[in-house]
Amino acid sequence: MEKAIKKHAVIFILPTLAAFIIGFIVPFVEGLYLSFCKFTTVGNATWVGLANYRAAITDTSFQRAFGFTVLFAVVSILSINILAFALAVLLTQKLRGTNIFRTVFFMPNLIGGIVLGYIWQILINCVMTIIEQPLLALNATAGYWGLIILMGWQQIGYMMIIYIAGLQNVPDSLIEAAEIDGANRLQTLFKIKIPMVMSSVTICIFLTLTNSFKLFDQNLALTGGDPNHMTDMMALNIYNTFYARSGMQWKGYGQAKAVIFCALVIFISLFQLRATRSREVQQ
Amino acid sequence: MKNVKRWLALGMAAMMTAGVLAGCGSTSTDTANDSSESTAAETTEAADAAESTEASEGEAATSAGAGSVYYLNFKPEQDEQWQDLAKAYTEETGVPVTVVTAASGNYETTLMSEMGKSGAPTLFQVNGPVGLANWKDYCYDLSGSAIYGELTSEDFALKDGDAVAGIAYVIESYGLICNKTLLEEAGYSIDDIKSFADLKKVAEDITSRSSELGFAAFTSAGMDGSSDWRFKTHLANLPIYFEYKEDGIGSTPAIKGTYLDAYRNIWDLYVNNSTCSGKDLAAKTGDDSRNEFLNKEAVFFQNGSWEYGNLVGDGKFTDDDLAMIPIYIGVGDEANQGLCTGTENYWCVNKDASADDIQATLDFMYWCVTSDKGTTSMSDEMGFVIPFKNAKESPNLFVKQDSAYTAEGKTPVSWNFTTMPSEEWKNGVGSALTAYAADETDANWDAVVSAFVDGWATEYELANQQ
Repeated sequence: MEKAIKKHAVIFILPTLAAFIIGFIVPFVEGLYLSFCKFTTVGNATWVGLANYRAAITDTSFQRAFGFTVLFAVVSILSINILAFALAVLLTQKLRGTNIFRTVFFMPNLIGGIVLGYIWQILINCVMTIIEQPLLALNATAGYWGLIILMGWQQIGYMMIIYIAGLQNVPDSLIEAAEIDGANRLQTLFKIKIPMVMSSVTICIFLTLTNSFKLFDQNLALTGGDPNHMTDMMALNIYNTFYARSGMQWKGYGQAKAVIFCALVIFISLFQLRATRSREVQQ
Repeated sequence: MKNVKRWLALGMAAMMTAGVLAGCGSTSTDTANDSSESTAAETTEAADAAESTEASEGEAATSAGAGSVYYLNFKPEQDEQWQDLAKAYTEETGVPVTVVTAASGNYETTLMSEMGKSGAPTLFQVNGPVGLANWKDYCYDLSGSAIYGELTSEDFALKDGDAVAGIAYVIESYGLICNKTLLEEAGYSIDDIKSFADLKKVAEDITSRSSELGFAAFTSAGMDGSSDWRFKTHLANLPIYFEYKEDGIGSTPAIKGTYLDAYRNIWDLYVNNSTCSGKDLAAKTGDDSRNEFLNKEAVFFQNGSWEYGNLVGDGKFTDDDLAMIPIYIGVGDEANQGLCTGTENYWCVNKDASADDIQATLDFMYWCVTSDKGTTSMSDEMGFVIPFKNAKESPNLFVKQDSAYTAEGKTPVSWNFTTMPSEEWKNGVGSALTAYAADETDANWDAVVSAFVDGWATEYELANQQ
């Protein structure tokens, strides 16, 4: 029987494989090809070699967007994960109504990024008017912190669920043993619980990292890059290169930027996976 | 038994595969059909067709048989009317017409993806010379077409060298829409406003008495994305227009900014005599501004003839309440200045479509602007003024006013913002204007000037580099 399954494995993976090839591999390769071309639509590309990459790398707005994205990613990864973990610890205690709290914290994640962006834009602008500060469209600092708050609000609940699952998997026997050995709660947390949930940490950091780098909707809706592209993140910068410019060559530049961006995200996340994986412990 | 199971499994797997492929089936078969249609042979035919259109002009409406029309419409406001018109055309001639409307603000992205497909739009639009730069490789030369001969003026054709790449199909005007009733309450009439000095006097007088009158001079000059085009594009057209006029040019790689002081004056006037503080403008939307006007909170509202439908109707204004006056900025011959009138809507025909489709499209366009049904729909239902010989008079008040001004011998201000180097340039100016509105210092104005003048040169170079 097993031999038969092996023999027909190809047939069973074919549907998914075909979908994967059509939906992912083909567009990806085509995108890669287009990044070396000048084009208006995908059908009429002319090969220009590395010129697009040269233009993309020397584009100062792209570099600035990269800087802003990194700055955003660092702060948001730290804040989201620390807060999500704290909440998870809190909500795995024997408190009343933990399930309600878990649901409430998870809910923002169900709302779409664009909607959230506009809601928070109104909220933040309102606060800015009250404290008599320049509005979001004129205030890069507010835009930056607005993005951090918005992303935190949206993602903490999601990461919290993953941490809760991790924490619930920590064997009671280990915690009990630690208690018997005289460890206090802080020691139990740092010496037992955190090492035991490292696999959740890996996942959560991976998710927040890639989400931060790929952030687009919220950025577009909350600040739209205002003032003057100071709050452009990389995805928005690529989008603007592609659509807000006239002239055929810009499409190629945008495409090259997108390829660079993709490689960068893959590289950084692989690096992160390797770094956190090595700290995971086997149960 | 074993064999049966094996075959069953194989069958199931095959069905699943087929299911997956069927999902993309419709497009992939389309590709096959269409690409075989538009092979090299067809392209030469298309070229022949270009020559033969002139000959077939007369019987244009009847000669179409095999082709079909796919119109990618730019204006979401008129989607329904276009659908009806397309249906009427199909009933009359049997030629299938598909009208697809791109979501507001997404025309360029929609066009880009649609053009990449097989079965691409046969009729699309560009917004002027700058938009044409992206699409000129797709534009069929309309110089021999019947519709080109119907234009009332050569100026309404968009040219790429000698070729006619686009044909304007709607002419619009913008200016200061004014609430005459409120203006009278304040003790003025529109005849009192004949120059920037008059406008300033009236506006500042209204502001000084605003608590007593209960309204402001201008609606909020919102700089949110839904409204900022009124200032970074439309208002900015005026200094550009006067500069072009003085220098006798129609476009430029580097703007000098001769009349930017006048631009500052009118912007100051808008900001300082508005319904809200300049600090709040950054977040004000187009709807805010319109609602303030509808709620009689302000006398002046800078916008265009396309707003007519939003302002007049049940529970809103009547024609007697409203008027549109030119935007005076204190430059040029103000006594003879008319409304800003022009177009940024040009029809282009996709030259990569099959010869039949091109012919069908040309016939459809011709029918729209010459037949009774077409012109009626375009003027009465869509509210357009179309620059064609058979055009019907539009019921739109602002449009009628524009003709009246022109009849009085006033010169309409042309739409030069189609020559602005890029969207990016507009955004730069918009951003600087917003900052200036929040804090009206000379330093902030210098930033506007820099975005305007230096930004133009940089963006022009970026857009035109090879």
